[in-house]
Amino acid sequence: MTHATPEQLQAAAQAALDDILSRGEPLTPKDRMRIPPQDMPAQHPHVRRGNIHEVALGYSEAQARLEAARCLNCKTKPCVEGCPVRIDIPGFVTAIAAGEFAKAAAIIKQNSLLPAVCGRVCPQESQCQAPCTVGKSLKDVEKAVAIGRLERFAADWEREQGQIDIPAVKPETGKKVAVIGSGPASLVVAADVRREGHAVTIYEAFHKFGGVMLYGIPEFRLPKSIVHEEVQTLKKMGVDLVPNFVVGRTRKLKDLIDKDGYDTAFVGTGAGLPRFMGIEGENCVGVFSANEYLTRANLMRAYDKERAATPIFSSRRVAVLGGGNVAMDAARTALRLGAEEVHLIYRRTEKEMPARIEEVAHAKEEGVIFHTLVNAKRVMGDDYGCVQAIELLEYELGAPDDSGRRRPVVIPGSEYTMAMDTVIVAIGNDSNPLIEQTTPEITTNKWGNIIADESGKTSMDKVFAGGDIVLGAATVILAMGQGRTAAASINSMLAAS
Amino acid sequence: MHKILSKERLSENVFLMRLEAPLIASERRPGQFIILSVEEDFGERIPLTIADADPDAGSITIIFQRVGRTTDALAELNPGDSVAALLGPLGTPTHIETVGTVVCVGGGIGVAPLHPIVQGLKAAGNKIITIIGARTKELVILEDWMRALSDELIICTDDGSYGRKALVTEPLKEVCERSPKPDLAVAIGPPVMMKFCAETTRPYAVRTLVSLNTIMVDGTGMCGGCRVTVGDETKFVCVDGPEFDGHKVDFDEMIKRLGAYKKQEQQAHDRWHEKHGCHLDAQIDDKRSE
Repeated sequence: MTHATPEQLQAAAQAALDDILSRGEPLTPKDRMRIPPQDMPAQHPHVRRGNIHEVALGYSEAQARLEAARCLNCKTKPCVEGCPVRIDIPGFVTAIAAGEFAKAAAIIKQNSLLPAVCGRVCPQESQCQAPCTVGKSLKDVEKAVAIGRLERFAADWEREQGQIDIPAVKPETGKKVAVIGSGPASLVVAADVRREGHAVTIYEAFHKFGGVMLYGIPEFRLPKSIVHEEVQTLKKMGVDLVPNFVVGRTRKLKDLIDKDGYDTAFVGTGAGLPRFMGIEGENCVGVFSANEYLTRANLMRAYDKERAATPIFSSRRVAVLGGGNVAMDAARTALRLGAEEVHLIYRRTEKEMPARIEEVAHAKEEGVIFHTLVNAKRVMGDDYGCVQAIELLEYELGAPDDSGRRRPVVIPGSEYTMAMDTVIVAIGNDSNPLIEQTTPEITTNKWGNIIADESGKTSMDKVFAGGDIVLGAATVILAMGQGRTAAASINSMLAAS
Repeated sequence: MHKILSKERLSENVFLMRLEAPLIASERRPGQFIILSVEEDFGERIPLTIADADPDAGSITIIFQRVGRTTDALAELNPGDSVAALLGPLGTPTHIETVGTVVCVGGGIGVAPLHPIVQGLKAAGNKIITIIGARTKELVILEDWMRALSDELIICTDDGSYGRKALVTEPLKEVCERSPKPDLAVAIGPPVMMKFCAETTRPYAVRTLVSLNTIMVDGTGMCGGCRVTVGDETKFVCVDGPEFDGHKVDFDEMIKRLGAYKKQEQQAHDRWHEKHGCHLDAQIDDKRSE
């Protein structure tokens, strides 16, 4: 990460690009390897921790073309192997290098419906960028071609041109499909199924559409206008969107199919049940799930204290438990809401943190204080039941566990306390039990995840499922991939019937 | 958008509204609640219990007390206006069974959620003894509704302005001492009242259900803001409840958690009044003089 201004980055990139273009001959692999990796322009840390606007500002055209020119166009395309939805990455990167931005966007959209979202939130360093030859040659995954930033660039460019084309919809088939939830998996199913001419209704429990992209991921990482735009595209395709409707309670899933005439349904209700630590003092006033904290701040807009009716806790000293993207989001949100000190507590080391490298870097730049190899042992409350301090316990890394990461082992007697008034628990989510409780026909595993086969089909007749409700807490891109598979199954089932 | 079909002021701060909600009206069961939001963009989602429903008319009845910004804004609305969002029915319905005699205690506005449960218990063939408690006569609500369902109705007020001058725990204790003792107690009202009702029935080993109204955001299990300690476990009121065994609920913890946003709520309330003033009293007075 850099604190060079966007103008400085642009000027340097423009000069380098002009130099390359003026040579008039194709770049050799050596030339390409010599191009410096392009830093993402970002709001200055001191400024951005006081606002909720997007942190990463996006490449300029010159930066994008220069970064794209670093791609070696390997015959083996290892990056495509690393992409869960197998986007033709060399294809779109080459188009960007040539300045053909509309073409680049079109190539991405053959495989991904939400490139502006994925370019921002995908864990590229463990997916497409991990096997990148450039990164491997430079022995640093952070120096791989910045595929995610380029994806974002192409998607943003298209949107800013007002050139988003509404996918063509085939003639109406008279078939009806219900999509439960409006997160990434559901949006993909809705689009893919609607394209075939089937009527699609999305049912969402919240009052706004977008699922985790709206309630969970903060504005400073994913502007809500982008999600809104995607939802608008579905509307223009003729998808019917119903808010404030919780399937299982407002209407049983079985009734949608048996009584309301839906030919099939897709369940994409996500991993919505926050996990807690199960430690003493966890129900003190001032202990929140990251879900609650982020939902208040994002969906309910509690950051706008003048206008929002939903309150959010005013904190001075905050401990965030966890090391994933959600933990980073919660920590950085707390800073923006005015906390004086935010401490991130993680029981492994930074290397094992599941969060995106960029989010970890951003959090640190903004002043989040990292404590690794420690974990909360108990929350200590005062006489009013309010959080007063947190007791921590130190760990060391032992032998690798099932996930291949080295298991953290308690160091006995290492307890110490830190004064806190707020604790945010961001250690993951279990599956939401509502569909399970109200739909006996659907089989779930011991964690409550819906069991679906590789086509997305569940144990219930005509019902498919995908995303976190099947995967457990995963990523936007994996949810999209599952949505795409389920949509293909639904389309072929409906075509055959 | 859900249209307000009618509105009635039950006491100074307590209102009854019928709202258009055909799906909720036909799906709801005793013990369930809704989440309501008055305005789309910056509104707050608040849980309210369903006092009654008419599936044929496609309407539900809610009863609420003005306590903060959102209930103030709701109280300002009139028939023909709409609320931005209405989600439900939420929560696990009451397990209605035929047990014999049930003593049902409703404190203040708690009589509203009690009503559908008593309906269900009565329909299942139970003998119903109802105790309604309020601070003062003016705050006694739904007396006629409850009288129609009850084999015996006891009313008490703190100040003795109506019925017995007593807290609800006094007649509750007497009922527990009868022979045979009641087979089940249901107590709904302010947390302190529920706590002391549970303490009253405990020595008599009368199983006691309470219905909790904690802080919630989504109402579907996603935020965990509503969590309470029941026995040794943490439970989510929105999906595991709202009804729990009153003898196992940690009421002291719950009461502290309910106060989590007191300061902010007061500030929001003040800001709202500064901006909007309170047209309500003037409005109601106008109506009365018409």
